[in-house]
Amino acid sequence: MAKLTSLFVILLSFFCISEAVFEDQVGKFDWRQQYVGKTLFAHFESNTQSSKKMFVATDKNIFASFNSRTGDLLWRHVDKTGPEGSIDILLLHGQDGRLLRSWDTNIGGLNWEAVLDTGSFQAACFVAIQDTVKLVAVLKKAAISLHYLSNGHQKWVENLPDSDAVQYQAVYSGGEEEVYVLGVVPNSHLTIIAYSLEDGEIIKQVTTLALSSNLHCCVVVGQGVLMCVDPATLALYTLPIQAEETPEFSQILLQVLYLSPTATTVSFSEPVLDVEIINTFLCCCCFLQAFLVSFATTGKKTVAAVMTPKNETVSCPRACAINLFSVDSGRRLLDTTVLFPLEPNGGKPHTLYVHAFLKKDDSVGYRVLVQTQDHALTFIQQPGRVVWTREEALADVVTMEMVDLPLTGTQAELEGEFGKKADGLFPMVLKRLSSQVTLLQAWLAHLWKLFYEARKPRSQVKNEVTIETLSRDEFNLQKMMVMVTASGKLFGIDSKSGSILWKHYLENVQPNAAFKLIVQRTTAHFPHPPQCTLLIKDKDTGLATLHVFNPIFGRKSHIALPALPRPILQSLLLPVIDQDYAKVLLLVDDQYKVTAFPSTKNVLQQLQEMASSIFFYLIRSDQGNLSGFRLRKDLSTERIWEVVLPTEVQKIVAVKGKRPNEHVHSQGRVMGDRSVLYKYLNPNLLAVVTESTDTHPERAFVGVFLVDGVTGRIIHEAVQRKARGPVHFVHSENWVVYEYWNTKSRRNEFSVLELFEGTELYNSTVFSSLDRPHLPQVLQQTYIFPSPITTMEATLTEKGITSRHLLVGLPSGAILSLPKMFLDPRRPEVVTEHSREENLIPYAPEMPIRTEWFINYNQTVARVKGIYTAPSGLESTCLVVAYGLDIYQTRVYPSKQFDVLKDDYDYVLISSVLFALFFATMISKRLAQVKLLNRAWR
Amino acid sequence: MASVPRSFLLLSIIPTILILCADFACCNTGRKTGDGLDTDFSGFSVPLEHSFEVDDVSRFRMRGALQLRGGRETSVSLSQSQLSEEDRKTLKEVAAVDGLYKIRVPRVSLTDRQTERQMDGYLTAFVRACSLVESHLSDVITLHTDVSGYLIGVSIVTIPGACRGTEVEDEVDLEAFNTTLTIIAPTNAPQPETALFIERMDIEHEKRGKPQEQKSFFAKYWMYIVPLVLFLMMSGAQDQSGGGAANGGGR
Repeated sequence: MAKLTSLFVILLSFFCISEAVFEDQVGKFDWRQQYVGKTLFAHFESNTQSSKKMFVATDKNIFASFNSRTGDLLWRHVDKTGPEGSIDILLLHGQDGRLLRSWDTNIGGLNWEAVLDTGSFQAACFVAIQDTVKLVAVLKKAAISLHYLSNGHQKWVENLPDSDAVQYQAVYSGGEEEVYVLGVVPNSHLTIIAYSLEDGEIIKQVTTLALSSNLHCCVVVGQGVLMCVDPATLALYTLPIQAEETPEFSQILLQVLYLSPTATTVSFSEPVLDVEIINTFLCCCCFLQAFLVSFATTGKKTVAAVMTPKNETVSCPRACAINLFSVDSGRRLLDTTVLFPLEPNGGKPHTLYVHAFLKKDDSVGYRVLVQTQDHALTFIQQPGRVVWTREEALADVVTMEMVDLPLTGTQAELEGEFGKKADGLFPMVLKRLSSQVTLLQAWLAHLWKLFYEARKPRSQVKNEVTIETLSRDEFNLQKMMVMVTASGKLFGIDSKSGSILWKHYLENVQPNAAFKLIVQRTTAHFPHPPQCTLLIKDKDTGLATLHVFNPIFGRKSHIALPALPRPILQSLLLPVIDQDYAKVLLLVDDQYKVTAFPSTKNVLQQLQEMASSIFFYLIRSDQGNLSGFRLRKDLSTERIWEVVLPTEVQKIVAVKGKRPNEHVHSQGRVMGDRSVLYKYLNPNLLAVVTESTDTHPERAFVGVFLVDGVTGRIIHEAVQRKARGPVHFVHSENWVVYEYWNTKSRRNEFSVLELFEGTELYNSTVFSSLDRPHLPQVLQQTYIFPSPITTMEATLTEKGITSRHLLVGLPSGAILSLPKMFLDPRRPEVVTEHSREENLIPYAPEMPIRTEWFINYNQTVARVKGIYTAPSGLESTCLVVAYGLDIYQTRVYPSKQFDVLKDDYDYVLISSVLFALFFATMISKRLAQVKLLNRAWR
Repeated sequence: MASVPRSFLLLSIIPTILILCADFACCNTGRKTGDGLDTDFSGFSVPLEHSFEVDDVSRFRMRGALQLRGGRETSVSLSQSQLSEEDRKTLKEVAAVDGLYKIRVPRVSLTDRQTERQMDGYLTAFVRACSLVESHLSDVITLHTDVSGYLIGVSIVTIPGACRGTEVEDEVDLEAFNTTLTIIAPTNAPQPETALFIERMDIEHEKRGKPQEQKSFFAKYWMYIVPLVLFLMMSGAQDQSGGGAANGGGR
């Protein structure tokens, strides 16, 4: 028996090995795009024209290097999430919050790392001695420390005097033997302390009257001159730091100064400017109503790049002009204008980074990196050419949907023919013939194109995907990915190539808004365009807005939107369709009133008819309250059930229903004795996961409730003792798989729940939650999983015939395709004849992780946040998109490609064998005839 | 929140229900005395209310009292009165318009009753009135508790559950409820069964290991080795008979 088992295991492993990707298939069906997030700091490598490297640090705690010619990522360091890994400042050598790190700019290797004392970070700067940078000064809230640049060792650390009262905010080194620390006592005075570079001794300490409460709008310019802009008095203040006696602020009034909020955050990349220059300069740029100003120095020249809106109003410009000004004279340099085109549906420019360099003829050339509000980075070269654009908003995808591409014109025409009403026999025949002719034409054109392209070398054939050429392929494998990002920018991405086909920036989206993307009308209803609705909900006020758009072209639809004056609690998409084939969206507000969208007369009439069979549920996790409602004819609602989980004991973490587009092919499972175990397929079932409020490892638990969303009946209630979250779970078909942390054994565990009706079905024709009195049988099994996980999703196919796999995102960035066969509560402890008949794997407490199961081989997805699965036209194939910091798209074949011939299928051999057999039969038939005839003559 | 339904109830009271209301008050006092005596063994009762109205506006009335008994073995029993003629009429009318029959119980804790935490609110469930009528008032009410003994949900189903539109002629069938009452506590989800697996592996190993250990090389082939050795010894003794003898002497 043991031998049989081992044989079986070996067979199984063979079966699994074939799932991995072959070497020549790498990149054929999959692609990955890497992002870094919103740029906080950017630096260019050096001030020569030929330099290619630039460095950015982002809000996602990432430090990366780009090739400035192509925009490609050279290397990237993904640090910890949250405040632990946040990058406070990027000098040309990167630094982290508590850790000071130095990086090699060529390969991104870590040179050294130094641990800093605790305390909140304030500022840092390089300290140069005789024009060579040897030290780094770091200013903390209560201490200043000096580190060697070569190895990170601390030279000295000194506590700052009187650090409770004085807020130290800036550090400055003028290249001599001192380092200056500037602190301010709000509304009182300014303290300047000079430390000796050698031993950290305080050389002198002076105080002077302060003007404003903080130094944020102050910079140190030139040879130790502190310059502050005060928006209240419209004046510029200067103060020589290194003066011998007590320094005094000198005031320069700026009569013509138009101080916009951006002007106070003017970035001074190099502190070598003269005060007068700044003055004249600010004046001149304020005349121009500048958007953004950025300074750069090359050689001995300091220039300022000023971005101004071009001949339009300031509020909505179509393009921006960037001009270079010489800071010495305040004059505009000739031939330096660069035009920055603003996209109609993009964000406004937010930050400007200038890379200036000296050309061979000693004139100043420059390139600019513009960051817009929608987190896009655009790199522009001098004649006004956009070198590259990076859509960094895609580093934070919130939700996505995949939409079928539309049919081509001819296909659509054919489809339309069947939709129209019959108008006589003869016109129908004519129409049919004409459409056949157009089809023939299209086919001939296709053949000609194939022939034409076959003559060209393969490298030249480029399949440029544009919106115009988009059409559905034979097996519906190419789809439009509609991605919603946290910044409020929507993207339409071709799933085959990964190219961005459209983008649309939604302004006025709050940073903490919640999004829900709903496909109201698919592409199947030609000539009605497909329609997607994005529900944007402000988390603070609960008020929601709708954005209705065409998912193929990204254009906003001009449909009358319902007024939503009250906070929205729930939205539900009904299977009811209006006369334009759009599904009806119901929005429930905080007074339990329902708004329908679209709300035509037809829809309202249908809703009235169906009202008594429309049920919905609301969950208030803060009160532990689950309640069900029924729609009334006047679109008000009635509370019909209520389940309350006391919040003192447990809190609701997550609730998941089933996916509406999921199909289950087989109603039951055939068991070893040839009887059928029917699945409990309740489409209204909700899986509610709770966590205990008690976090003690012995008493903590995770609760799993299966609740019917219509009747509020608790179908099953299980408690996983000594467990805590984060809980990841998938709810599909008749099973729920959840993963938790076992606090006692300190390991991750997977548990699977399966529901069965038993060997007889109660009502085999239709499922109704109202008429299913018997509770299902629940089977459960638990396994050890040797890795933590970050997200989980199940594969989805067209008809649900293909076996299911679980796609598990691991923290390492790998995506594991785990066969559901391994998560089956019927796996037997002891192998019997019946279980072998059923192909059940014997129970093993540990779940294996095989490297062949990683569907993304070495294309890891950093910080994977979600996995989206969509069915394709092929039953065997499921499209998978994993998103997080990166985006990865691929196809998976859970039961292998049973409906597709392999790439290396030997057509020649098969057809030659067929022909040979055909001819052999013909010849042998002839011979047999001759023989029979001869015999008859005899 | 609790006061609202009660005042509502008072407003809508018809004289016959006043008695039930008194009963309700009696239940409350009963709970308190129960507290004072012994929590584990004395049960307490909570009202089970129902509502069925043609206009679907909930007006809950007393249906019976649930006798709950906490402790290690939670048990529950139900004492309920018959439906009045007026109620029967209303129920049939509600069934005719496909209305809902709703029940509710107050949120209580079965174990931790010393604290007497004021838990407001009710747990509500419903069933189609027509299925209740067609099943001749045979319903199954299930109470669900959580790990610490709080009632978290109630559910009601009728057997059979379908509405086929059959007329219930006999009024007697609609007089008394035929209720099955259960109380369900959460089940403990299984842990990974490592111990059993290791045991099984050990047994398998032993099965596989023992025969090999027992049958060592010598034990297996002794019948060939012994004659061979004997033959060699014999032939060796023949060759050097003198030496052999000396050896033999030495031995």
